[in-house]
Amino acid sequence: MLFKEDTIAAIATAQGEGGIGIIRISGPETFSILERVFVPVRRKRDEQERLKTDVVNIEAECKIQNRRMRYGKILDREAGKEIDEVMAVFMKAPYTYTKEDVAEIHCHGNVVSLRNVLALVLRKGARIAEPGEFTKRAFLNGRLDLSQAEAVIDLIRAKTDTGFDSAMGQLSGNISKEISEIRAALLMLLGDITVNIEYPDEDIEEITYEGLTNSLSQIGDMIAGLLSTAETGKIIKEGLKVAIVGKPNVGKSSLMNALLRENRAIVTEIPGTTRDTIEETINVRGIPICLTDTAGIRETEDKIEKIGIEKSRASLLASDLIIFMIDGSTTLTEEDYGIIEKVNDKPVLVLLNKEDLGIVIDANEIEKRLPSAKLVKTSMSKGEGVNEIEDIIEVLVYGGKVRNENSVLITNARHKDLLEKSKVAIGDAIEAARFGEPLDIIEIDAKEAYELLGQIVGQSVSGDIIENVFSRFCLGK
Amino acid sequence: MFVMDEYDVIVIGAGHAGCEAGLATARMGKRTLILSINLEAVAQMFCNPSIGGTGKGHLVREIDALGGEMGINIDKSFIQSKMLNTAKGPAVHSLRAQADKIQYHSEMKKTLEEQENLDLKQGEVVDILTDDETGKVEGVILKTNAVYKAKAVIIATGTFLRGMIYIGEAAFSSGPNGLSPSLELAENLKKRGLPLRKFKTGTPARALSKSLDYSKMSEQKGNEQIVPFSFMNEKLQKEQVSCWLTYTNEETHSVIRENFHRSALFGGQIEGIGARYCPSIEDKVNRFADRERHQLFIEPEGLSTDEVYIQGMSSSLPEDVQKAFYKTIPGLENLEIVRPAYAIEYDCIDPFDLKLNLESKRIENLFCAGQFNGSSGYEEAAAQGLMAGINAALKLDGKEPFILDRSEGYIGVLIDDLVTKGTNEPYRIMTSRAEYRLILRQDNADLRLTEKGYQIGLVTQERYDRYLQKKENVEKELKRLKSKGVSPETANEFLVSVGTAPIQMKTVLSELLKRPQVTYEGISQIDDETRPELTEHEKAQIEVQMKYEGYINKQLVQIERFKRLENKSLSQQFDYSKVEGLRIEAKQKLDAIKPVSIGQAGRISGVSPADINVLLIHLEKQRRREAK
Repeated sequence: MLFKEDTIAAIATAQGEGGIGIIRISGPETFSILERVFVPVRRKRDEQERLKTDVVNIEAECKIQNRRMRYGKILDREAGKEIDEVMAVFMKAPYTYTKEDVAEIHCHGNVVSLRNVLALVLRKGARIAEPGEFTKRAFLNGRLDLSQAEAVIDLIRAKTDTGFDSAMGQLSGNISKEISEIRAALLMLLGDITVNIEYPDEDIEEITYEGLTNSLSQIGDMIAGLLSTAETGKIIKEGLKVAIVGKPNVGKSSLMNALLRENRAIVTEIPGTTRDTIEETINVRGIPICLTDTAGIRETEDKIEKIGIEKSRASLLASDLIIFMIDGSTTLTEEDYGIIEKVNDKPVLVLLNKEDLGIVIDANEIEKRLPSAKLVKTSMSKGEGVNEIEDIIEVLVYGGKVRNENSVLITNARHKDLLEKSKVAIGDAIEAARFGEPLDIIEIDAKEAYELLGQIVGQSVSGDIIENVFSRFCLGK
Repeated sequence: MFVMDEYDVIVIGAGHAGCEAGLATARMGKRTLILSINLEAVAQMFCNPSIGGTGKGHLVREIDALGGEMGINIDKSFIQSKMLNTAKGPAVHSLRAQADKIQYHSEMKKTLEEQENLDLKQGEVVDILTDDETGKVEGVILKTNAVYKAKAVIIATGTFLRGMIYIGEAAFSSGPNGLSPSLELAENLKKRGLPLRKFKTGTPARALSKSLDYSKMSEQKGNEQIVPFSFMNEKLQKEQVSCWLTYTNEETHSVIRENFHRSALFGGQIEGIGARYCPSIEDKVNRFADRERHQLFIEPEGLSTDEVYIQGMSSSLPEDVQKAFYKTIPGLENLEIVRPAYAIEYDCIDPFDLKLNLESKRIENLFCAGQFNGSSGYEEAAAQGLMAGINAALKLDGKEPFILDRSEGYIGVLIDDLVTKGTNEPYRIMTSRAEYRLILRQDNADLRLTEKGYQIGLVTQERYDRYLQKKENVEKELKRLKSKGVSPETANEFLVSVGTAPIQMKTVLSELLKRPQVTYEGISQIDDETRPELTEHEKAQIEVQMKYEGYINKQLVQIERFKRLENKSLSQQFDYSKVEGLRIEAKQKLDAIKPVSIGQAGRISGVSPADINVLLIHLEKQRRREAK
């Protein structure tokens, strides 16, 4: 359920683009959150200026003031570390975009720093904004023109519905399984608590504090474990592994160069492991991409080439996405068919290159053989199609179409936020149990954790616990 | 047909719902008639002889705080009282009393008979009358062709409506406990378009106490200190009787297993849906095959009868099988059954067809309550009866309906669950159904609801004054505890003696009271001010409010947020099919249920948060257009 009245936060700038990234916060807790994460830095010159005039004002100058951009630091007080140097501004309601209290934190544009700042803001009590939520609030609070209402609805509808799918998509494989496991464990515990509360007279094993604390600790550990994978998520840390394949002269190097030209290279050329494989790590819209130009994978007798081909095969196997380049101006060759066979069970982006020479290739044939692949027409010599490739990479990462085992971990800020908060709730429950609080009090926090985890997989609590109780325990007159 | 009389309100049925409904309307000044198929059925406890329990006890407290009768009646007729869950926290403390069934019935009947503005008559209603032009309900027709006119009618037919009893292979048309069923009314309600469906419930056998060997069972006594149900009773003292526990064993289970094929339940004769929380013994043995034993709870039915209720053994197995399995149970070897267990199927309405004030969406001024609405249990029935009665009276006066929301009472949770979420089985209240359980405690039901009951006109001046006094006493003492500081010298010896850490500096008493080891009684040792004379109720209230202040405040914040959405009202004329951006499923559900608020809309299954956002945008659009 979305509430208009709580405090939300999100990265407001397109990820990875530009040197500055902005985190926006809106809602009644904005000021107190900002105060807890941001420390304005006093400039020496200012200080001396003021000292001459009015001593009292120095104090005021160091505080966050309405509509004044301040330079300062984002501090994680608990961890005792500085996260970023930023500019921050607080804007008091109602003269803001949402007509609520709003703050903006201008950070360095790199993804890691932005995410860390956002994570801290969320930890201090904000909730990650749902898609279109700032705009929705702006409208509901009378900010936007009536004619924009439909647009707001589209925004909510489109982004929420597809957003939900992609969230589910991201939860493929291990994570969804792990969250289900944690929820199942928590559900059993809630069932135990509930049956103990609702059926005090039945012939049922009495729940002990020791058992309760043990179960809660185990669940807490499971959540912490999952979160630690979020921190070191492969994509964030190592990047999305992308392999470029295609027969010689199809334009692979041009593609590499085009992508490199547009995107800041983080690391350039890892020196010669084999003669043909080149690896580059680049930053595409905030997503680190580890790009491999493979040697080609044709059959050969040449010993040295064989080593290169083995390398290529391995990098194909390990990649999260394969960019398969085909010369669109000719028909498919044997070599192309050979590649198709090797990549047809992987996420594939097919580039029909040399569009400028006229497309003669039979796209249907490719679609038939690679039914899940995306097709894009490009012209590397003219630099056309690079943007589209970047679009697709972005959708693949955030839209959850990259399904390599272990590849997409918790990259979604919303999921991470919910996991963090459920961990805190479990911690509170354990604390309450240690403090000797009664069962119904402990249950409040445990249930909250269950609810938060449910939001990740898009399931609500309603009915679950009662269902669990009646399926496990023999109750009744 | 002939017109016998005219009333403001007619209540069909005199069970736990009907009694509360009729008393409420009569007390609110409406000339009321309660019709019962048999006056022996008035406030009959057709199933277990007890009132209260988890969640249910909360309901009774709330009924009492609003000026209902159930709490007062059980206080008159209980024979054992027990506070359950005392070790598990304030939100789930639950009061339960064993009742003398016969006395419960006769006390309630007497109350009805003595009530001003209220007539109680025996008669079977076969149809309701509606005005051809307005469609509003106009009265009822009896089997005798007598017509009673009324401006509002409340249906509270319980398990009588097309009742069908199953005992083993036998099935016959009957109301509960061998009373006549109501057959024609069901047909006629159906003809009038009310969506009726079948639910099922059951009750175990009754046996003679003298045939039991209690030496083989364990005794279950009541609490020495009796906590009354009604806030009108400060203290009650009474000799209490005991209940008894015994268990089935493997031998019992094999007798049951051998006869599975003879159970009506497995034979497929019963189409009605039973509740998961009252499975029959054959169901338990079937589903929980690895359980070595099942518990039986023997409850006396009253002081003027030797009959006992055998809880845990509801069954639709034939009598010979029942006799055989009882023989295997310690203490029950010579059990003499006087009334066999039976399952009963009955007609009830799909509660989606009701508004939050329990009025039918199809027929104006027709209200519905109790088991007819798909619930189960005396307390659930009484709560709805009270609310239906209050709302019928308010409606006739042209006043706003009285709706309790989910943050105000279990009554609100119960009705909202039924009307907004619907139910696929007889609905039982549970404390875990309430989101704000820590606020909806049984100990503070009076503080939550008396004021409201007074506004409605159901709460007597005496009760109201009592409430004001209690409120003031509690608030005053809380204030004092929050300002009264004690020094380490004064407090530490005591703190260490109860096993908690000493303090370093002057601390207020309210802070110390937050520690689990420290009680209100306890801090009298370190409190040098004169403490006010307080009742047990008041002391308990102070302790709970202080001890759980942090959690309580957290829930209060949640409630505030919840209320904002509850207060965003939706028009009943709202055409959801025209709202662009809503998914089809959401449109259909919203159209069918016609929620009164955004909050309620959000609880409908099939309505997503995105749908709610779309609705919010629409409302804002509408508001601005209208403002132009």
